Amino acid sequence: MASQSTDPKERIDNGGEHVSPRALLYVTCLVDQLYPEVGVSCVRLLRRLGVEVEFPKDQTCCGQAVFNSGFTNDARHLARRVLDTFGPLLEEKDDTYIVVPSGSCTSMMRVFYPSLFEDDPDLQHRATELGSRVYELSEFLVKVLGVTDVGGKHAGKVAYHPSCHLLRELEVEDEPVKLLRQVEGIDLVEVEQARTCCGFGGTFSVKYPHISEGMLADKLENLKASGASTLVGCDVSCLMHMEGALRRRGSSMSALHLAQVLESSEG
Amino acid sequence: MAEVKTKEFVPASRRAVDNPQLQAALKRAGGGFDSARMEAIEELGEERWQELRERARRIKEHTLENLDYYLELLYNRVTANGGQVHFAADAQEANEIISELALSRGAKTVTKSKSMVSEEMGLNHSLEALGIRSVETDLGEYIIQLAGETPFHIVGPAIHKTKEDVSELFADKIDRPGLVEIEDLAETAREVLRNDLLQADMGISGANFLVAETGTLVIVTNEGNGRFCTSSPRIHVALTGMEKVVPSLEDLAVFLRLLPRAATGQRLTSYVSMVSGPRAPMEEDGPEEFHLVIVNNGRSRLLQDEKLRGALSCIRCGACLNICPVYRKVGGHAYGWVYPGPIGAVIDPVLVGLDKAKDLPFASSLCGACREVCPVKINLPHMLLTLRSRLMEGDEEGGSKATLMDSAMGRGYRTLMSSPAMMSLARKVGRVTQVAVARKGWIRKIPLPPFDRWTRARDMRAIPKESFRDIWDKELSKENAQPSQKGRKGEKP
Repeated sequence: MASQSTDPKERIDNGGEHVSPRALLYVTCLVDQLYPEVGVSCVRLLRRLGVEVEFPKDQTCCGQAVFNSGFTNDARHLARRVLDTFGPLLEEKDDTYIVVPSGSCTSMMRVFYPSLFEDDPDLQHRATELGSRVYELSEFLVKVLGVTDVGGKHAGKVAYHPSCHLLRELEVEDEPVKLLRQVEGIDLVEVEQARTCCGFGGTFSVKYPHISEGMLADKLENLKASGASTLVGCDVSCLMHMEGALRRRGSSMSALHLAQVLESSEG
Repeated sequence: MAEVKTKEFVPASRRAVDNPQLQAALKRAGGGFDSARMEAIEELGEERWQELRERARRIKEHTLENLDYYLELLYNRVTANGGQVHFAADAQEANEIISELALSRGAKTVTKSKSMVSEEMGLNHSLEALGIRSVETDLGEYIIQLAGETPFHIVGPAIHKTKEDVSELFADKIDRPGLVEIEDLAETAREVLRNDLLQADMGISGANFLVAETGTLVIVTNEGNGRFCTSSPRIHVALTGMEKVVPSLEDLAVFLRLLPRAATGQRLTSYVSMVSGPRAPMEEDGPEEFHLVIVNNGRSRLLQDEKLRGALSCIRCGACLNICPVYRKVGGHAYGWVYPGPIGAVIDPVLVGLDKAKDLPFASSLCGACREVCPVKINLPHMLLTLRSRLMEGDEEGGSKATLMDSAMGRGYRTLMSSPAMMSLARKVGRVTQVAVARKGWIRKIPLPPFDRWTRARDMRAIPKESFRDIWDKELSKENAQPSQKGRKGEKP
């Protein structure tokens, strides 16, 4: 793999001459199948920022759902697919990144893929290489592109939910907030116990629904108390969990992915 | 060994979430400990805290890698100080050692300060079976002993009890009716326990740390009962897991800063007792005999386990319980064995057997809050994943514990995601099937497992007409990039 600058600013400016980075969108299976509008916002947002966007169509699921359930072999199989689909594309051109609108899928690829191939140094190396080029969306914008003001309009009170894997596996905490602060018309509100899990946890939510629902109820109570009219997060999985319950309770609070807020021009 | 009820996790956790009194207690207790911890760390400074955590992690890592060396050093020092060291392979052997000591010395009453290892052993039952009174002298432990329960929390064993519960217990069990205020209850316990402490022939304590270079036992308490137990009776027996050793007094200083802050938000506990053997010939006070019982009870399995060894670094502060959203819903008893919460979900399966505790590693949303607060940086969520994998895929000890349903789900998912073509096929099937239940893009109820468990409390998104890849093909792939160095506010792309 060719060497590249580690300083985002330097690469963006590149001595005055603009070089457009290339993003391979890993849209995630959930966005692909259930929340396509989030993927659309990602593409438009990235393009607006001058990023060349590609969507490698052989992609499916990163394997996290089976990995977290203990099915390491099935997860390895799916991880292998990602390595085969994305690996060669990463090598084609400098300044290429995998951009993912999800903290948990990003952590699967960056943090957990190498552990899946402990018995195969070659694949493990490929997994580690790939992991170093995978970025969650907010992280990509702030750390790689070096931007926080990316536009976007949103009127009203917004509660940001930091999803657990984004926060504690990737340690991405300030980036989404920095981006949201620059959105025109936004009123970011504080949420009690904001860093506490919403209770989703993938298959945890259906394995132990009674516990998951209890955690969810606490989360919704705190969200309601925050006075927010919109819930924003970086993972549609957690959003789907909270949005589903908000709807069930007849709440008027809506849920949006960060990409939708940043891309929006209609507040 | 203490009764193992880890197989009951699912029904026990259901009962817990349906118990309003328990839920109120959990909200009160967990939050209180946790905010105290945060304040103590803030006072110390985040940077200093992180530095201490890293030092502690390294000390533990080093000690565990050289555990045989440090245990030998400890053995030599304790012996040189006039104490006796016993090694117990398991709970039964540990019980036998203590029973033998108690019987041979004619002990009628034994007073105990807090020891989680003694909970592993079911020590009180073992002594009572021999007609020896064993009295817990930590207030929380005393309350649950009266109630005939096991600890609900590592640090606060009776945090699930209200003062009304305790008032009732004191009336029923020790004939002290009519006590209402907490102060009166505590005063009564003090009076009763003091009497037992003065009468006891033998005092049993736990150990928070053992300093190898000096052969010193360190006990961290707030009630003073630990010091009483270890100094007043003729014989002092200290019980410890073999992982509690630290190399030096300097190392100990690191842990004495971490433990009280992480556990209760204190800078220091009211008492830090350091015992280096029995009364010396020139001394007037202290026990005549000092015995240290070092218990393995499954710990060597953890020690040999490269992926889980780090769990032996645990200093039993309980911070992971206080922060854990799962513990905060199900409480301590649901886990079914001595150690609850995230640390319990990791070590209980190894200590009691993975096949007996296969629900525990799944009792987590993998949010990672436990790792963030752990004063010795144990990577609990990754250890839970390791255990999940061993359960489903099997390990050296045995084959997969996955049910046919589990395996079918795993394999089915992998097949579903094996290619975009499979995914769109499944999508088509889903679109057709959901017609019966979908209204305006949402589904209220799916009477099919596991989805029915989702729709109990949440609506579900119906599969939309177009997937992202459909939209990509139709529109997005044809739209051109519009390069600009900055985001263009307010303009439609």
